[in-house]
Order: sequence, then structure tokens, then C-alpha cells
Amino acid sequence: MSDRKDMELIAELVPAGSRVLDLGCGSGELLAHLRDTRQCSGYGVEIADANVLACTQRGVNVIQLNLEDGLSMFEDQSFDVVLQLDTMQHLRNTERMLRETARVGRIGIVSFPNFAHWANRLRVASGRMPVTKAMPYEWYNTPNLRVGTYADFEVLARKDGLQVLDAFGIQNGRAVRGWPNLMASVAVFKFQRG
Amino acid sequence: MNSVGTVTPQSHHFAEPLALQSGATLRDYTLVYETYGTLNAARDNAVLVCHALNASHHVAGVHAGQDKSEGWWDNLVGPGKPLDTSRFFVIGVNNPGSCFGSTGPMHTNPATGRPYGADFPVVTVEDWVDAQARLLDALGITQLAAVLGGSLGGMQALSWSLRYPTRLRHCIAVATAPNLSAQNIAFNEVARRAIITDPDFHGGHFYAHGVVPKRGLRVARMIGHITYLSDDAMEAKFGRELKGEQPGYSTQDIEFEIESYLRYQGDKFSEYFDANTYLLITRALDYFDPAHAFGGDLTAAFADAVCKFQLISFTTDWRFSPARSREIVKALVDNQREVSYAEIEAPHGHDAFLLDDARYHKLLRACFDNIARESGAQHV
Repeated sequence: MSDRKDMELIAELVPAGSRVLDLGCGSGELLAHLRDTRQCSGYGVEIADANVLACTQRGVNVIQLNLEDGLSMFEDQSFDVVLQLDTMQHLRNTERMLRETARVGRIGIVSFPNFAHWANRLRVASGRMPVTKAMPYEWYNTPNLRVGTYADFEVLARKDGLQVLDAFGIQNGRAVRGWPNLMASVAVFKFQRG
Repeated sequence: MNSVGTVTPQSHHFAEPLALQSGATLRDYTLVYETYGTLNAARDNAVLVCHALNASHHVAGVHAGQDKSEGWWDNLVGPGKPLDTSRFFVIGVNNPGSCFGSTGPMHTNPATGRPYGADFPVVTVEDWVDAQARLLDALGITQLAAVLGGSLGGMQALSWSLRYPTRLRHCIAVATAPNLSAQNIAFNEVARRAIITDPDFHGGHFYAHGVVPKRGLRVARMIGHITYLSDDAMEAKFGRELKGEQPGYSTQDIEFEIESYLRYQGDKFSEYFDANTYLLITRALDYFDPAHAFGGDLTAAFADAVCKFQLISFTTDWRFSPARSREIVKALVDNQREVSYAEIEAPHGHDAFLLDDARYHKLLRACFDNIARESGAQHV
């Protein structure tokens, strides 16, 4: 979420004054933005020491946890919004975390690199794995354990009984609502328990 | 990195009795304390540092004419250090029952005219916090910028947020727990039995006999020390190193380096620490359990806390494990309190909270920078 425009597109999905849990909050940039511009409160969750320090330096509440250990620290429906931005693809137990997100938050918002973006499709068609801005890694050093597409997520959401409230792609800092599975390198979903 | 330099302990006598949690009272008492830095005009830049089992009011700086007399948290507290005394007014208080100057079991019991010994009333974390609050009254400080403590000191910091919710803005509790586990109480009990069964203990009235139950104190310190270190740290530091070139095939002499180390620590400790104080302080640890009054519900216990919290634990600390800190964090999150939690990957076990670990100190520096920004505790 280093790109300001991407961040703003996602921030707009968060109702003002929300209590927010940001899973994999990085340096706390979005939380600080939500606090300063939308009167939100809450916590970030991070595993990396450097990010925990960065959040603290920003004055953002951060809880150092390994998301792979689950969200037992957080009660059912205890947050207005649970964010899982650019995080899901790093987790081994993606589906469980998605369910946990829907359990803890009244609204869940996820974003992840869309593997079906046309540029990725071309690269795969040429016989190579894609290396792009959204997925800037080689196949042998990528931290992404899970690669999925915009369309794949729709299927998973249905399977887990999640009601999608809004969904779009992001490309070059702009929301993509036409053919997002083909036209966007990042997928965004806002959902609640069905 | 600068030191606060030479410091002189001060003391304050309280003629007003202190009502204790046990129902007993401390008739009158003296608290010994040190301060570093300057209290600003708004009187809002004070940070109270609470000590753990064997430490004291001497947090930072040195005592005149004494070699190696650096305070126990000198690596953290000083001008330009993470808890920067050029911005904050830092207070260290020796708790009653201790053996470093504040009224304790070696002092005269006004009821008998003899040293308290075993008759010194049982003091709890809550009693200490009440005593500290009275000292702040005497110093004219109504609200602290922060209370900071590690281990048993962390329990005092937590207790502050419960007993005097509006008298502190930040609670920084390091390597601590919401109560002791059965295993933890068990370690304390072994240490206490070692002291109590030492023939020189004389039921706690050894002062009159002109002896000190050093054997008991040594063993108590040895077992304590084992629990402060991680298995890995001990392995790295001592491994199976022998003291001599060859095994001596003795059951009683020192064979391994670890034995030598533990005996040295035990000997050193028995020279300066008071046996009754050891019993009192381990008991204060055992009794601390703020959830108890709420049927074991820690979330309910923290409902009245209003300050901001920073919890810190260390991955290899098995005496006060990260899981125990996470219980506190959960209780605070349940109450929608402002809380941050860092789990520092450090190899040193419980001792890590006293060491100069870069990640740990950077985090504390960031915390205190925020506190300074909020409270306007700029250079004074």
C-alpha cells in the first residue's frame, strides 16, 4: 500500500469513525491516514520488527502477532472494519484467515495481486512467470505463497458464504470496474458475513 | 551516550499509616528514592520507573566514590538515552519491605522496639503502588507522563493503570504477566523454603543472632537465576564447559562452569540481599492477580483503565512468556483501549528486559518520543 492513490481508493471504502483492525498493516501508513482523515481508531497487526517500530514511530497502535497463529486475540464482530491488504497472498492458511476476517469484522476489505491481469496472462502465455509492479518477484524468491485471481476470489467468497458488498480492480491508481479480472493488476473486495 | 552522573538518594518520611491489602497497616515509614532530570513547570513530564525483585530506587547514574555503582537501568535512562532525562523527570522509588533504604524488615518495629524481621507485614504490588502514589503527592506530581517497569516492575505499572487510572497517561509494562502461573509460584516457593530452612534464619529474626541465612539466600538466587536465562543463552554461555582440564569425579566440588557461575551469583547475592525481603517480594509476585476480584476475568479487571499501554515481551522468556503479555493485550483490546504490543526476538530469556538490545531500545525510544511530543516534554 505504498501507492498513495491505491491507498486513497481503499480508504474510501472505510466508513468515517470506524474501529479498524489492519492485518499486515506494514508501516501503519493507511491506519495513520484513516485516523487523520476519517477519525478512525483501532490497531494494526504486524509480524516484522521494522514495521512494528515504524508504526510506533508514527504513533499508530500496533500488535506484533503472527497471522498464521490466527486471530484468537480478537472477539467476534469486535471491529467495524477488518483490512487485509496485500497480505492474504503471504499466508499459508488463506481461507482460514478470510473466515477469521469475516468473524472479527462487521466488514472485511481485502486486496491482493490479480494474477489474471492481462499483462500476467501474456507473460505466462510466453512461457514465463510474471514479474510486475504488483508482483515484483521471481518465482524462486517470491514471498507470495498463494496466487489467485479476481475471479477466483469471487468463487471462494461464495463458497465461504461471504456477501460481497463492493468489488473492483485497481490499475495505475484508478478503480477499474469494467472487466477487472482482465484489466486490473490489483483486486479489491469489500464483504460481510452472509 | 551520557550518564546522569553522580546521584544522591533522597528520602521522605510518612507519618501517616499506610493501610495494606492484607488488612494490616504500616504505622509509619520512609521511602528512599532518586530522581533524574528536571520537573517542568507544568509538572507533567514525570516518569516513574518501578523496580523488580532485587533492584532498587537506584535506576541510573553512579553513587559518589563507588566503583561499578551504575543504576540497574542505566543503559536506558540518561541524557540522550531512550528514556531521555533531558526531557523527562525520572523517579525511582525503593518499595517498602525492600532492603535498600526504604522501611523494611531490618528496621525497627515501632510496636516492639526490635527489628521487624518476620513480623514485617506482607506487602503487595497494590500496596507498593499506593506508597508510590503518596510519594508523588509529596513531590507535587498529580499525573505521570508514564509508569515504566519490567517483570515485577511491570506488574506495578499495570497496577497503576487500575488503581490510579487518571494519574498516568502511559503504562509501559515489559516482560510481565497478569499473574504468576503455578510453575512460577513453585519456583518462588523453592527459593523461600531454601531460606526458611536455613538454620541461620531463626524464623526471620536472625538480626538478633548476628547471623545471615546466606546458604538459603544463595540457593534462592541460584534457582531464580536459572529461570531468568533461556536454555539457549545458558548453552551458549556455558555449555558443558568444565572448570578444570579434566573431570575431577567429585560429587561436591564445582565441575561445570555453569555451577561456578551459579555459585558466584548466589554468593554475591547473599552478601547484600535481605532474606526477609526475598520472602516478602516473592510473595508480592505470587499474590498479584488483578483479575481475581473479577472472577478471573482480566477484561473486566481492565475496564476502568484509561491510559495508553505499551506491552513488550521477549521470545525466549519462559518465566514471563509472550503468551502472558498477550493475555494483557487481549484484555485491553476487548476494552477498546489504546495498546501496542511488541514481541522482541531476543536470545537472553527474562533477563533481556535489562539488556541493551537494539530493537528493544529503539522501540522504547519511539514510545518515549511520542510521549514527549504529546505532553510537550521537550528539552527542559
